[in-house]
Amino acid sequence: MSDKTNSTTRSGFDRRMFLAGAAGSAVVPLTARAAGPAPNAAAAPDPSLPVDVTLRVNGDSRLLTIDARTTVLDALREHIGLTGSKKGCDHGQCGACTVLIDDRRAISCLTLALAAEGRDITTVEGLAKGDKLHPMQQAFIEQDAFQCGYCTPGQIMSAIACVKEGHANSEADIREYMSGNICRCAAYPNIVAAVKQAAPEILKG
Amino acid sequence: MRSFTYQRVTDPSAAIQALAMAVANNNPPTEATAQPLAGGTTLIDLMKLDVMRPRTVVDINPLASTWSAINLDGGNLRLGALARMSDVAANPEIQRNYPVIADSLRLAASPQLRNMATLGGNVLQRTRCTYFRDISYANCNKRDPGSGCAALDGFNRMHAVLGTSEQCIATYPGDFAQALIALDATVEITGKSGVRNIPFAQLHKPPDDSPQIETTLAPGELISAFTVSGRWPRSVYLKARDRQSYEFALSSAAVALDVQDGVISDARVALGGLATVPWRAREAEALIKGQKFDEALAQRVADAALAGAQGRRHNAFKIALGKRVVARALHQAATMEI
Repeated sequence: MSDKTNSTTRSGFDRRMFLAGAAGSAVVPLTARAAGPAPNAAAAPDPSLPVDVTLRVNGDSRLLTIDARTTVLDALREHIGLTGSKKGCDHGQCGACTVLIDDRRAISCLTLALAAEGRDITTVEGLAKGDKLHPMQQAFIEQDAFQCGYCTPGQIMSAIACVKEGHANSEADIREYMSGNICRCAAYPNIVAAVKQAAPEILKG
Repeated sequence: MRSFTYQRVTDPSAAIQALAMAVANNNPPTEATAQPLAGGTTLIDLMKLDVMRPRTVVDINPLASTWSAINLDGGNLRLGALARMSDVAANPEIQRNYPVIADSLRLAASPQLRNMATLGGNVLQRTRCTYFRDISYANCNKRDPGSGCAALDGFNRMHAVLGTSEQCIATYPGDFAQALIALDATVEITGKSGVRNIPFAQLHKPPDDSPQIETTLAPGELISAFTVSGRWPRSVYLKARDRQSYEFALSSAAVALDVQDGVISDARVALGGLATVPWRAREAEALIKGQKFDEALAQRVADAALAGAQGRRHNAFKIALGKRVVARALHQAATMEI
């Protein structure tokens, strides 16, 4: 995380910083080519070559050199060191990898990092303002809306979007519009309570 | 996932040109070496599963600036193929004039997936047949023509009872397509030689003896829009599934009625979750026209809609379920306040 240039870094020791520090390859220098249209099939570049891409994550621009197959989720976790977004099924079925892309919730495990170039990615790490948690994070704590916590970052990102989309007007509405986020601990009643608690504050802005 | 070259295109002609290598090898579009990337919710998933193996991925999302409009001008509807499912489902004009379209989209997938998935990609989504999606099964005529069908003697609870062949019983998984086929939608297709329009009912191809060919699209062609004539405020999409939300249909029905002075002057019935392709129940529709709605009529229509169904070891329950879904959808459409 030491090469992070322009964002708030949490103070003190952190399990994730310890783990991420060992990986160390957060930002790789620009190399040969960027993604763009190839003139024709014969001139198609070698797919085994890495590609440069700049991702804007939580307000920071991050220049990465990646395999074209890299998803936004893997770019976040393996290249940038933001491990808040979780890999559950890796097939768009569980919602643990949910992030906001241009303020809309999206499945980061099915989004190619190259296709997210130029778009604003918001992860759970980008929600708090300094030491002050986002109202949805605070509500999840106060309502005890998790047990193991693995699905929680995806739940929180999805819940914020659920509220902003106007789909938190009733418990039934919340359940329907949170159905893309699976919780195998089945903390669902508490998750619904957390969304209800945070909704007015989020809508107030 | 196998390696590929990523290209992003910003106008339709560049997209067609980039997909041109797909034309050269003359495979069905699903096997083409160049694949268009829209929402990615099917393509990236199937690439991870090694079911789809493109060497070039052509990102057509920048075309959304011209291919994602929702237009209801002059009493007709035009939906750009790159409109996102969630945006169309949330459109108040669609909800009011085409509830069957709004609900077919709203009841599909999850909010996150609907934010990503496009209309064009949605109608082309591939089957959820386990034996198709898992390459460790050797027998799948759709994946590997001539290899057989593991579903015939396998666990076929989710499989189709209509439009099947001895080569493939994989269910067409989508919801929106049932609304389109019910409303006699037209598909606008953009290719190398320009734009052509076909009835939506001619887009998908039943498996017969070539289940690997799923549509009548030529390699390199892209769906650019869907159009619907007239408005259908009296229409419903009813979906029965194993979970209350975020699940594919066991059985669904798209029903649209035009009722004048209590008499049904036009009726459309389409079935989902039951067939190998989007399924229009025209025999059933014929029973409705000119009639007044009652529950006995609904039952006769439901029986007619499933008359040709063929159940297998684990999916025969879908025939009875399908009839109930059709009858209930008819009831809802006939009695809804518009």
